[in-house]
Amino acid sequence: MAADTLFHRITDYAHRADPYPLYAELRENGVARQDDGSYLVGTYHDIAALLHDPRISSDRRHRTVPDGAAGTDEGVPPSFIGLDDPEHHRLRGLAMRSFGPPHTPDRIDGMHEDITRIVRDLIAGFEGKERIDVVDDFAYPLPVTVICRLLGVPTEDEPRFRLWSDAIVAGFDPTPGDDPEERQRAGTDARKQMALYLGELAEGRRGHPSGDMLSAFVNDAGPEGQLTPLETMATAVLLLIAGHETTVNLITNGMLTLLRHPDALERLCREPELMPLAVEELLRYEPPVQMLPQRTPLADIEVAGRTIPKGSPLILMLAAGNRDPQRFVDPDRFDPAREDNQHLGFGSGVHSCFGAPLARLETQIALHELLRHLDTPRLIEDPPEYRRSPVLRGPRHLLIGRGGV
Amino acid sequence: MHIVVDLNRCQGYAQCAFLAPGVFTMHGEESLLYTPVAPEDQRARVRRAVAACPVQAILVGEEAGAGAR
Amino acid sequence: MLGEPRDGRIVVVGASLAGLRAAETLRAEGFTGSLTLIGEETHPPYDRPPLSKQVLLGKVPADRTGLPQRRRLDADWKLGVRAGGLDPVGKRVLLDDGADVPFDRLLIATGTRARPWPHPDEAAMDGVFTLRTSGDAAALAARLAAGPRRVLVVGAGFTGSEIASACRERGLDVTVAERGPAPLVGALGGTLGELAAKLQRAHGVDLRCGVTVTALEGDGRLTGAQFSDGTRIDADIAVIALGAVRNTEWLAESGLAAGPRGVTCDAGCRAFDMYGIVTDDIFAAGDVARFPHPLFEYQLLSLEHWGNAVAQAEVAAHNMISTGPRRRPHLTVPAFWSSQFGLNIKSVGVPTFSDQVVIAQGSLKDARLVAVYGYRGRVTAAVSVNQARSLEYYRHLIETAAPFPPAPGAADQRESPVPVPSDVPDPKLLSHGPTVALTGHLPDRRLTVVQPAR
Repeated sequence: MAADTLFHRITDYAHRADPYPLYAELRENGVARQDDGSYLVGTYHDIAALLHDPRISSDRRHRTVPDGAAGTDEGVPPSFIGLDDPEHHRLRGLAMRSFGPPHTPDRIDGMHEDITRIVRDLIAGFEGKERIDVVDDFAYPLPVTVICRLLGVPTEDEPRFRLWSDAIVAGFDPTPGDDPEERQRAGTDARKQMALYLGELAEGRRGHPSGDMLSAFVNDAGPEGQLTPLETMATAVLLLIAGHETTVNLITNGMLTLLRHPDALERLCREPELMPLAVEELLRYEPPVQMLPQRTPLADIEVAGRTIPKGSPLILMLAAGNRDPQRFVDPDRFDPAREDNQHLGFGSGVHSCFGAPLARLETQIALHELLRHLDTPRLIEDPPEYRRSPVLRGPRHLLIGRGGV
Repeated sequence: MHIVVDLNRCQGYAQCAFLAPGVFTMHGEESLLYTPVAPEDQRARVRRAVAACPVQAILVGEEAGAGAR
Repeated sequence: MLGEPRDGRIVVVGASLAGLRAAETLRAEGFTGSLTLIGEETHPPYDRPPLSKQVLLGKVPADRTGLPQRRRLDADWKLGVRAGGLDPVGKRVLLDDGADVPFDRLLIATGTRARPWPHPDEAAMDGVFTLRTSGDAAALAARLAAGPRRVLVVGAGFTGSEIASACRERGLDVTVAERGPAPLVGALGGTLGELAAKLQRAHGVDLRCGVTVTALEGDGRLTGAQFSDGTRIDADIAVIALGAVRNTEWLAESGLAAGPRGVTCDAGCRAFDMYGIVTDDIFAAGDVARFPHPLFEYQLLSLEHWGNAVAQAEVAAHNMISTGPRRRPHLTVPAFWSSQFGLNIKSVGVPTFSDQVVIAQGSLKDARLVAVYGYRGRVTAAVSVNQARSLEYYRHLIETAAPFPPAPGAADQRESPVPVPSDVPDPKLLSHGPTVALTGHLPDRRLTVVQPAR
């Protein structure tokens, strides 16, 4: 039986619905060393400083303690999320060529109508239902459809990659105990399967570009070169997973939070132009990525008066920083019009979330349309059933009842 | 609608250039150029860009001293 | 609020960025008295950084860079009229149109103007420009759009380099003449100066360093220029980018410590008089102010930085309506940016306050890097090229006087980088004025000589 350390309690599924008291404890403790030699940081200013500290690596291979999740992939190299500059910068830049500025500035803005149409189709599917599962009926299919279209992955293949995706997410779940090696092995295996699948799709587009990102990866070379086939596979896996496993939580956490705060919900119905600010507040208040579990210092570094030795696993608790009273006024209050809101919901620094603008736009449109079309929605189960992962935290199902469309 | 960006704060996250590409453009990898007086039809996009800026560097308002012209 | 001077008459001379931000802060912090802004230009406050970038590229018209205001100011704007004098005893600002404006407290935010070409008849020729105001930018942008055969830029500081960059981006032939050894060397020292020189040449600039322009030629209309090395070029446009002159002449008879280096004030933005006694009702902010900074051995700094204008104006305004211990010092770490030849250059600290520099991250070869500057073993500045997200880390090192060279371990650090001399030249050797002037003395060298106004 594992010791009852703070990290055990944070990752314990029993606390998934409300980890915030534990995060407050973490902030009180300062930098928390765990008995496995890893360090947790939960205060806003320390996290922000570490995210901009060039001596903090995202490459797990720099860890000096045994780390099953590092370097076990045979064949598929790490994607840029697990690499440092200059390699990270090169790969991220190549992926960005077909996603955003400066080369493709209109891609995301141009998806506005498309996303709105997908959202309205999903809402039309609620017709005649007394109860809606916000996750299965809406918040999961939306980002999956969008990321598939963007990458050029057939949506019909969703059942296949859903299994791989589940295994990959479970593989980087840092919850101690219950045989992490087995989970990691399964995750690595799933990642390889998904990489082969996406690599094959991409290769099929070589010479036949169809406007999607996989086509661009294999066909468009810039002055900085282009992704190799292996890099294409690693990048595509990252984007497919990150593109839906996080946004589903943002939308679901968003709906749950609004239903728990009827004043805010009503205000957003009255003042829909507040939605962009409200989504930023959701990213602060209930961030879809709760922690960054894969940082490692490349030198002995001092944080809040404590030395974290070179090579130690370093876990940055973004969701704890987002509720730090040293940074945010009244941090446990959900304020959809909060002005001073430099949250850590998308991280910060060079690894700041690649897909942030897409997640923002999808969530803004999704919540706007839900509020417009759902008449007197109410929570059927609170708290709802949560997904396992303490990293990508969100409800597994969110059942709501409604007066009518 | 008048815009000024504090480019000391700006770190080139480009969220504005994604969300309001007609007003904010990346010039090279990290430099931001923008239209200081944005057309009215860009208002919703600019609002999205202002909210999304991770370093809150974008200030939007009515023209300063407009009455003094 | 008891006893705090929240009413009365406040006059702000200078209606640009610092004046506007000060006025907003006064109202935001509860000043209810009368507020007057006096500006020489007829335009309401506008933003200048876009003038050498978006405007010269033809992407934004010069008269469309007006600054937004954050709140209603309820102010009396006197635009298009120059302040010609200050009567500190009668507490009046004397205007060139004969009127005077009484005040209880005064903020001096008159900024700078472009240093003119020293030969007035040559400067008056058609085709000879400076770039400071929106009118300057409108005229120059129109001429660039008309497709001149060659543009001569005199002075390779930030403004001159940005003008050259815009010209090349428009496909225009451009010659840059710089008296110093490289572009930007006055602000960034030798290592990045060399990078800037390579960059300009790689972008097709005819860069000539170590030369001065001895004559602008033409008969009413510019046709070319002569250089000190005996060569000459044909050019139909010359842009004089020789730095800035502080607008302090109007204070000559005021008894304030005002001169070519600016208006000297304390860390709380209160102006000194000529005897070194601090005034209590006259404040200064922005490019015209000269103030002591503890991070730089309390030397007097004059900064031509956008961010300094904003931060100092806010402190000045706060202190104008606060007393005693409620007053705040202006202590922010200096910072600026420049965008040129596709690169984003950002600086924190004072790079000229240095004896050594080291490439702490990235590489000159990739033109993506962070250069860190040190003085006598502590970090005093950092400059990023296309790597702005690292700069926060170094600002913290500067604020905490961390040891130089900085601790190793950066993920993108090349093997054991070696600090080299920072090679900041004496400003006298440059064509352009430095945008950061340290006007005190360093123990081992004297950076500038204060000369009386001509």
